[in-house]
Amino acid sequence: MKPFTPEIDWNDKVISVRGLYKSFGSNHVLRGVDLDLFKGENIVVLGRSGTGKSVLIKIIAGLLKPDAGTVNVLGQEVPELGSTALRELRLKIGFCFQNGALYDSMTVGENLAFPLKRNNPKMSADQRRRLIDIVLDAVGLSQTVNQMPAELSGGQRKRIGIARTLILRPEIMLYDEPTAGLDPITCTEINTLINEVQKRFKTSSIIITHDLTCARATGDKIAVMKEGAFIRKGDFDAVFSENDDELIREFYDYNFIQ
Amino acid sequence: MEPNDQPEKPLISSKVDAFFLSIYDIFRFISRFFREVLRPPLEVQEFIRQCFMVGYKSLALISLTGFITGLVFTKQSRPSLAEFGATSWLPSLISIAVIRALAPLVTALICAGKVGSSIGAELASMKVTEQIDAMEVSAINPFKYLVVTRILACTVCLPLLMSYTAVVGMMGSYLDIHLNEQTSFIAFMNKAFANISFLDLASSFFKSVCFGFTIGVVSCYQGFNATQGTTGVGKAANVSVVISMFLIFIEEVVIVQIVNSIR
Repeated sequence: MKPFTPEIDWNDKVISVRGLYKSFGSNHVLRGVDLDLFKGENIVVLGRSGTGKSVLIKIIAGLLKPDAGTVNVLGQEVPELGSTALRELRLKIGFCFQNGALYDSMTVGENLAFPLKRNNPKMSADQRRRLIDIVLDAVGLSQTVNQMPAELSGGQRKRIGIARTLILRPEIMLYDEPTAGLDPITCTEINTLINEVQKRFKTSSIIITHDLTCARATGDKIAVMKEGAFIRKGDFDAVFSENDDELIREFYDYNFIQ
Repeated sequence: MEPNDQPEKPLISSKVDAFFLSIYDIFRFISRFFREVLRPPLEVQEFIRQCFMVGYKSLALISLTGFITGLVFTKQSRPSLAEFGATSWLPSLISIAVIRALAPLVTALICAGKVGSSIGAELASMKVTEQIDAMEVSAINPFKYLVVTRILACTVCLPLLMSYTAVVGMMGSYLDIHLNEQTSFIAFMNKAFANISFLDLASSFFKSVCFGFTIGVVSCYQGFNATQGTTGVGKAANVSVVISMFLIFIEEVVIVQIVNSIR
């Protein structure tokens, strides 16, 4: 169970989502989603595959447009932003993809330097190298700087993916299935890393997962999604104390009994 | 009523709608290219890297095919001309064929196969592994970095490769003529270029620019809009080649008609 996080500022909402709808053809993915993320808070969005969890954070990052509803991130309405304003906002949002999404043709060091070169062209090579060392040290993979992504394990790719987002010093982190496909020990390492990132870089995070161990270890709040809408929100114990819903019961049983 | 529940009615039929929507999408893609190409910052390093990939990396294949095309075309034409005792016309016949049609077409078809498929597959695999989304969320413009540089590289390199193919093709032809008729290099060149006009050179150059642009746009569009995971990667590579080749032949017919009407 994650200990209480005193750094959360309950008066400062960094993300506010209201009445969000999104469909792909006849597939209605999101059906009226409401969500608030406060400064310094980690929210875990739990749900079965295909319930719209990843779509939600892609809309928050401005990768997808919603059909209806409002998405306010750091005081700005994301769907209404022009390309320049959206690019500036994205500097404050770190998005960790399920498989790391590392650039295959670049080494780990080049992967980390790439967003810096593009967004801070005046930064010297020495400054870049120092920042790369800091984030690689933060994820515990300093020795991989000259390796190609293909030479890394799944867990290492995810950690480098996290390092690449941290290098731009985001205020918000969006994690898409950070522990999917990893062994239990690596999962624990990733969970610890997510909490360290929250403390050390003072980030607020939305963590998409269907792994209850990850949810319990990293979430200050849990939001359970079913068929495109949240059916329950609260801290871990509050959400799972009443297992009257079939989905919540099955989730709990599968993760902690099997 | 929830926004999701509004029924979707096709304007004509879903397939016809999809066809016109894809045409509209391609025009938007091309207009975005022209908007982005003029907007700083220019991705000079990536453009040079792409020129290296499109131009330099195609040289070996282009050399071989260009040389063989010139050689074989000369060998095939000789018996027909020999019947009329007109083998001395071979250099001018070959130069007209190579410069007006064969060099632009052979270069474009080779590049559509080699470069088009590689760009289509590369961008598609970046798309399905979310690398393009990763650029987007890192506040990098993937269209400018990936698409604009590749389309520009194809457009710039194709005319250069075409000129090279023409030279190599003429060398293949000279080899065969020299071995059979003992013609000197200077005599061959004098005869070869006697009937070549500025319009021939300009039209070939213009054709190559169009072919290069087509290969770049088609392969980047297919790769950038790939779906369906790894199947989509293969499909993007395949469709890039097929559509590029199809459009190259259509453009060839149209440009030849226009040039002949000017001539």
